Amino acid sequence: MSYPILSKETVLDLVPFGNSGQEAEFLALRLSPPAWKEIAPGQFVMLRLSGNHGNHIWGRPFSICRVTPRDLVIFFQARGRVTKEMAKLRPGDVIDVWGPLGNSLRVEKDTPTLLLAGGIGIAPFVEYAHTHPAPWNLSMEFGHRLPLDCYPFDSLNEKIDAAPHRENTVEDRDRFIALMEKRMQEHAKAKGLVLACGPTPFLRTVQTFALKHKVRTQLALETRMGCGVGACLGCVVQVALKASLIPPADSPVCKGEEYHNLQTCTCGPNFWAHQVKL
Amino acid sequence: MGKQRITLSGNGRTLVLNNPVLTASGTFGYGLEYTPFGNLASLGGIVAKGLSLLPRQGNPMPRIAETPSGMLNAVGLQNCGFDEFVKRKLPKLPHKDVPVIVNLYATSPAEFAELAGKLAATEGIAALEVNISCPNVKEGGSSFGQSATMAAKVTEAVVNASGTLPVLVKLSPNVTSITEIAKACEGAGATALSCINTVTGMGVDLQSKRPLLANVIGGLSGPAIKPIALRCVWEVTRAVSIPVIGIGGISTPEDVLEFILVGASAVQVGTANIALPDAAFRIAEALPHTMHKYGISSLDELRGGLKI
Ligand SMILES: Cc1cc2nc3c(=O)[nH]c(=O)nc-3n(C[C@H](O)[C@H](O)[C@H](O)COP(=O)(O)OP(=O)(O)OC[C@H]3O[C@@H](n4cnc5c(N)ncnc54)[C@H](O)[C@@H]3O)c2cc1C
Ligand SMILES: Cc1cc2nc3c(=O)[nH]c(=O)nc-3n(C[C@H](O)[C@H](O)[C@H](O)COP(=O)(O)O)c2cc1C
Ligand code: FES
Repeated sequence: MSYPILSKETVLDLVPFGNSGQEAEFLALRLSPPAWKEIAPGQFVMLRLSGNHGNHIWGRPFSICRVTPRDLVIFFQARGRVTKEMAKLRPGDVIDVWGPLGNSLRVEKDTPTLLLAGGIGIAPFVEYAHTHPAPWNLSMEFGHRLPLDCYPFDSLNEKIDAAPHRENTVEDRDRFIALMEKRMQEHAKAKGLVLACGPTPFLRTVQTFALKHKVRTQLALETRMGCGVGACLGCVVQVALKASLIPPADSPVCKGEEYHNLQTCTCGPNFWAHQVKL
Repeated sequence: MGKQRITLSGNGRTLVLNNPVLTASGTFGYGLEYTPFGNLASLGGIVAKGLSLLPRQGNPMPRIAETPSGMLNAVGLQNCGFDEFVKRKLPKLPHKDVPVIVNLYATSPAEFAELAGKLAATEGIAALEVNISCPNVKEGGSSFGQSATMAAKVTEAVVNASGTLPVLVKLSPNVTSITEIAKACEGAGATALSCINTVTGMGVDLQSKRPLLANVIGGLSGPAIKPIALRCVWEVTRAVSIPVIGIGGISTPEDVLEFILVGASAVQVGTANIALPDAAFRIAEALPHTMHKYGISSLDELRGGLKI
């Protein structure tokens, strides 16, 4: 994988998703493309707004949603201090970008691969689906809270077999969870691969099924970050490097001492479900 | 622009730096993390992440939090330990072109001496920086830095164990009288003083009613602590005759010059590296130009020249 670079990139445009009429919560930020040599799907970038040095110390991590020779697209949710500022960016504004960072989501051409996305967790799968060498082997289950047009679902659906599931009620959610389990069982039988990205409770559910049905599963974590380059040790997760995919029944995944604190930003953000403690 | 080499001499030992801009321990990893963003040899020196004899896993998460103009951390000195550092990190650093300074941490003067002895016997290390001030680790750190007697004991242990290697002692601002500690370290043989480590603090989340850090208390760093650091450097440089390295909230070349104006001989850039990965490189590179802008022809002329 190539080295990250730090560059100043220009905002090409900022497209709100969904027509709720109010302030958009989900937006696609299109930037001029950094001079990256190559990227792997599942990698991320750190973005930092210029000129607010005093207030917000750190950059913020975002999945690479799509990168082409013409642009770098970030799909984000305006939910906190910096992302709400980002929602006010205008074409021509310049921001600091460092990347590509982190490891890749696993790509296996001939393996049936199930993508599980929760909400904003759909972002890295857009690049994944567009660059996969055999997209006919991919399928996706997408759980979402807001109307479908709030998410970049269409651009995925044209590439792969993807099914949306709106989660408005507890029953909706339970149905989605049951479906995920069924689909993971199918992939376990087919010696397939599962990739999941979404909020931590969602990842925990996927992890439980991954261990129960013994299916190879990668989880894309969203840990709070400082530097993004492995230096500050503020983003660590506990990882059992030696844990085998199939742990003995009813035992904890791994004994305490065997866990190592690894940086999510450089050793992740994509970890095997049977190795990481959530 | 001419050479900006800085010579730090004190108590019979000398450290020569490429220029006055170093990186602060714990904010620059082992240096290697930053090679994509600049030339390590363009820095005045590299101070590595706090090292202990054995590897340490550090504190539970969350360990960092953003605060107004700064950040809190309670990383708890997670590090790879002496063996791994010497085998895997040090050989990859351009130690012939840039002084590599090892920040060390231990829980007793004897352990400090053991680690210092091992480091002194290792090729490629330009100096040691003794962390007597880390506020994170309950069993040691903070107590050494808080008593002049203990600070002197640790300094002496490291000085005696390290041959001719220069020994920097890193002071904590979380004390009643920083000058008293500074004088004790000078008296115990320190080559220079690094000033300051983080300021103890905490943050809470009203919504969840939880502390921002799992450790509850952490160390504040970044621009928020710059005035505290300037005050400490000002007081310490007037109390001792060994050189002082200024640390705390430095994020521009102007900040560097401010620290030198109050008496520092060199500086370390910390949290700014976390904010933007080329910060230290950019500050070091821009320093000559900024000096020119303020009509400063040499750092020696500026140093301690505060008009009162
Ligand atoms: C590898 C990675 C990829 C990511 N990809 C995307 C993406 O493609 N699109 C997107 O919208 N977001 C993504 N995130 C999450 C994004 O980084 C956070 O939403 C953002 O940092 C929030 O910044 P803020 O200043 O707006 O929020 P803050 O004001 O800092 O916090 C607001 C709320 O968000 C929570 N929060 C802050 N940082 C994170 C975080 N890193 N993860 C989860 N919750 C957080 C806080 O606890 C708080 O409740 C990603 C995170 C990681 C680590
Ligand atoms: C994430 C983090 C980790 C740190 N780790 C260490 C350490 O291991 N040893 C040490 O002496 N100081 C450590 N420090 C303190 C810094 O070296 C520096 O003294 C302090 O952050 C003030 O400088 P700044 O405001 O430029 O960051 C750490 C600081 C931060 C933010
Ligand atoms: S964010 Fe600094 S080590 Fe990962």
